[in-house]
Amino acid sequence: MPYDPMMVAPMREELTRHGVQELLTGGEVDDWFAQKQGTSLLVVNSVCGCAAGMARPSVALALQHGVKPDRVATVFAGQDAEATEKARGYFSEFPPSSPSMVMFKDGELVHFVPRHRIESRSAEEIAGELTQAFEKFTSAEA
Amino acid sequence: MGTFHDGRGELHGITVVVDTTGPEVWVGRCDTMDGGRIVLFQADRHDASDGPSKDEWVKRAAMVGFHPNHERVALDLDQVASVKRLGDVEIL
Repeated sequence: MPYDPMMVAPMREELTRHGVQELLTGGEVDDWFAQKQGTSLLVVNSVCGCAAGMARPSVALALQHGVKPDRVATVFAGQDAEATEKARGYFSEFPPSSPSMVMFKDGELVHFVPRHRIESRSAEEIAGELTQAFEKFTSAEA
Repeated sequence: MGTFHDGRGELHGITVVVDTTGPEVWVGRCDTMDGGRIVLFQADRHDASDGPSKDEWVKRAAMVGFHPNHERVALDLDQVASVKRLGDVEIL
């Protein structure tokens, strides 16, 4: 059952204020995935503070990096169920995990950070993993 | 935004690997570890007598995740050999 939208709003804003696009419906997810060219990052947001409490700040930190994906979007697990289920269908080879972060290059999944690699790591450590992936897959020759 | 689960123990909410003294190994989200048992939510179990070794199975879980097929499980600590974070498992 979704949490009170008022309570969840700040967790959405922790990402959207850094330019992350919220995907609220299955249609929006399909539209986002239809554009395959370039690099993109999808953040599966989550309420649970055990992991998501570090996930969101890590994304914010990573997006301050000089190299970053062309597009960044988010779905909110447990809140926007249709959008989340639809998004997970695009990387169904991985078990559902929230929070998590998935990077794509030209429509291919190239990097996955599941929940268990977010838990108990600092925002800086997670951001470091993300920025390494940004540099690896976003450069012109990658 | 802080956790909603304060005061539930160091491993509460953390995805852990619970190796047993037998052929079974579990991966799941730790709820509590006290009173002589560890309680996991959304857990998966592997029996190494019927498939890959424990290490192989755990490394795969660390790489790609796992499919929870037990909503809640309580394991007696006297049958547990070790508990560690799945995030600490080295990936091949």
